[in-house]
Amino acid sequence: MNPATFANIPHAHSQDSVPKLMGRVLLALLPATLYGVVLFGWPAFNLLAVTVLACLLGEAVCLWLAGRSVRLGMLDGSALLTGMLLALSLPPWAPWWIGAIGGAFAIVVGKGVFGGTGQNVFNPAMLARVMLLVSFPVQMTTWLDPHPWLSGSAPSFLEGLQVTFGHWAATDGVTGPTILGHIRTELGMNHALSQSVPGHYQSALAAVGWTGGSLGETAEILILLGGLWLLWRRAITWQIPVAMLVTVLLLASGFHWANPERFADPLLHLLSGSLMLGAFFIATDPVTSPLAPVGQIVFGIGCGALVYIIRTWGGYPEGIAFAVVLMNAATPLIDHYFRPRIYGRTWRGESRPIEKKSDEN
Amino acid sequence: MSRHVFWGGVHPPGQKHLSAERPIELLPIPARLYLPLQQHAGGPALPVVTVGQRVSKGELLAKAQSATSAPLHAPTSGTIAAIGEFTAPHPSGLPMATITLEADGADQWIEREPSPDPFDLEPAEVARRVGAAGIVGMGGANFPSAVKLDKARQAKVHTLVINGAECEPYMSCDDRLMRERAAEIADGVAIMLHAVQAARAVIAIEDNKPEALQTMRDACRVDERMEVRSLPSRYPAGSAKQLIQWLTGLETPAGGRGTDTGLLVHNVGTAYAVHRALRYGQPLISRIVTVSGGAVAEPRNLEAPIGALAADLLAYCGGVDTDCTRLLMGGPMMGQPLPCAETPVVKGTNGILALTAAELGEQRSPEPCIRCGRCVEACPMGLLPVEMANSARQEDWSGIQALKLNDCMACGSCAYACPSRIPLLQYFAFARSQLAEQRRQESKAQHIRQLMEQRQARFAREERVKAEAAAQRRAAKQSRVVVTADDDDDD
Repeated sequence: MNPATFANIPHAHSQDSVPKLMGRVLLALLPATLYGVVLFGWPAFNLLAVTVLACLLGEAVCLWLAGRSVRLGMLDGSALLTGMLLALSLPPWAPWWIGAIGGAFAIVVGKGVFGGTGQNVFNPAMLARVMLLVSFPVQMTTWLDPHPWLSGSAPSFLEGLQVTFGHWAATDGVTGPTILGHIRTELGMNHALSQSVPGHYQSALAAVGWTGGSLGETAEILILLGGLWLLWRRAITWQIPVAMLVTVLLLASGFHWANPERFADPLLHLLSGSLMLGAFFIATDPVTSPLAPVGQIVFGIGCGALVYIIRTWGGYPEGIAFAVVLMNAATPLIDHYFRPRIYGRTWRGESRPIEKKSDEN
Repeated sequence: MSRHVFWGGVHPPGQKHLSAERPIELLPIPARLYLPLQQHAGGPALPVVTVGQRVSKGELLAKAQSATSAPLHAPTSGTIAAIGEFTAPHPSGLPMATITLEADGADQWIEREPSPDPFDLEPAEVARRVGAAGIVGMGGANFPSAVKLDKARQAKVHTLVINGAECEPYMSCDDRLMRERAAEIADGVAIMLHAVQAARAVIAIEDNKPEALQTMRDACRVDERMEVRSLPSRYPAGSAKQLIQWLTGLETPAGGRGTDTGLLVHNVGTAYAVHRALRYGQPLISRIVTVSGGAVAEPRNLEAPIGALAADLLAYCGGVDTDCTRLLMGGPMMGQPLPCAETPVVKGTNGILALTAAELGEQRSPEPCIRCGRCVEACPMGLLPVEMANSARQEDWSGIQALKLNDCMACGSCAYACPSRIPLLQYFAFARSQLAEQRRQESKAQHIRQLMEQRQARFAREERVKAEAAAQRRAAKQSRVVVTADDDDDD
């Protein structure tokens, strides 16, 4: 019998572990991922595989350089999750090197240089996406109409390899703008939304994900279900997603009410782009979001507001990645100013006197 | 009173089924009892017996050395075999001054005067008798109960809270006590109400003990000042601060006392001990101890004399299996690891646990923090455990004080919840020891500075006195010289 020491207190621990938490998030992402792969065919699968492999390789190199156990470091599942999230935010028919460069950048620059898991300031996947968008705008904005697996227009396995690894020039027959991109273009030409949106967009189709967009962001309902499951399994907390979605909803409702020809309706905002994915899976990344519930609400509001601002007035049609990365930068500040109130103390940290209540005996 | 919540907390598996259905059994008096002189908060007791002296059951062995201290009585009759050092229930495993009593097997009580009706006594006299019986907080805090009763009466506490939460996993001693001796507890509560002069009592019991809730409700029905409340089963519901918060929504002010809220919290075991002391003149010489854990052949609840060794209790419960990997005094959340089974039961011992490797779960080394915030969610005090641990690692002692490390009660909820198994409590303990050392150094430095200043002042004073004396001498001499000089001038 080993003599127990103080080093063991407490003697009971929850069954949770980092790999389990990451595993839950991966599992919750799975339906949307499968849907994306089915919707966009073999090229999407290839891109997913390349991105994830690049992340895993990057992680292995970083761990080895840091002198840590490569096996244990890989087992925590964080690199796998980063790869998945990055791939899901890429255009599904992007060439392989987009995934490879993005994956390696996410892990090495986004995480490794900060000191590995838990030390990074920015969400690695979103940092990589921002880098890719700024560096390779053409490849990163070539969107595809759905080409579901086994349908006539779907590429075969070999064609899929050709798309991902060969030279493939996008043709108008298969590509088209996303709804957010479309709105931006139309507004740029001074077309009112009541004319430009209806032919291009149906919220029912958007909800089930039958629309162009990034690999894994189109299936809003599957993502929402995954997110709710995460909430139920307590892998994430409600503060960030609720604050973020409600902020977008309120801003969109207000502006749409004021000028429906200029500002898209709130449902379109909720069901398009990667807002759902961002709210439940990206902004909730524990490492780069605030610790305390109050701070998480502030963070969620900030993300939501930035998303709406970028979508409506910014230079890009979609702003999840920018919004999350910007708010990541604000996280230390939020953590400093928004802390839980301590028992027996005021919010300012001073001893809290007992208020005399008359209804108590 | 409306319903309130207490923050944070965790849900460790209860494991109470192992022992909760076992009625309290009397542990046969072991051949030797080991009674540490310090079983309570405050100064150690001072022995009033000598080696070789024969004592009766209940006889005073050591007296309280000050107001905040507690006397010690003989749990059985016998001979004082030694007054020396013995392993104390402390993780250091260091020995502590201990009286060893060799039982004679007769278990002969000392002559006791018949006890007067406690309700005829002055409240202060009730408290004095509680103190003389050596009663301390039986929930593990070990604070002398008489001091608490007196302070509460002076603070005009209106509600006495009787803590039957028993939120630590495995523990069932309070549960059994409430199920089997509810009437005695209720009588103890009534006596304490008298001692405190409080208007009412609330007995709070976690809702995972329905039988105890029922029996206590039945027992308290006779006294309308008493109310039994069912608490949600969530660790640390049984912590006084959280109990007060749950009952009233009030919070003990930081740096203040629980009685500032108008409430006083005492354990059910304490109420029972008060009953025995005031009704029968019996000092606190035994208590209920849960012996449990997967490595114990037959988990039980034992009424054991203070000073019985953990080994005696374990042997009575069929011994410990070879797969026992950890021995604890108290529950798995806040219990003390025992250096060995040859450690005595003290007044605050609620359980002896022998846990197997399987029960302790997978032992992992700490992994990097992913800032998931589970520790923040779990902290019932609203602290930021992860930030405190970071400050401790960076040896940022002013930073960790700004995070209010002092408000941490070391309940272990954060470390329980942490998925990365970061040894948060150990970081906090390290920081506390460093801060204490810093304070010691500071007070030492200040003391030295004071001595230096005094020395310099003394030197300066001596110089001045000397200078003055010299000046006086010179003046006297000069005046003589002047006089002579004048004489010269006159010449």
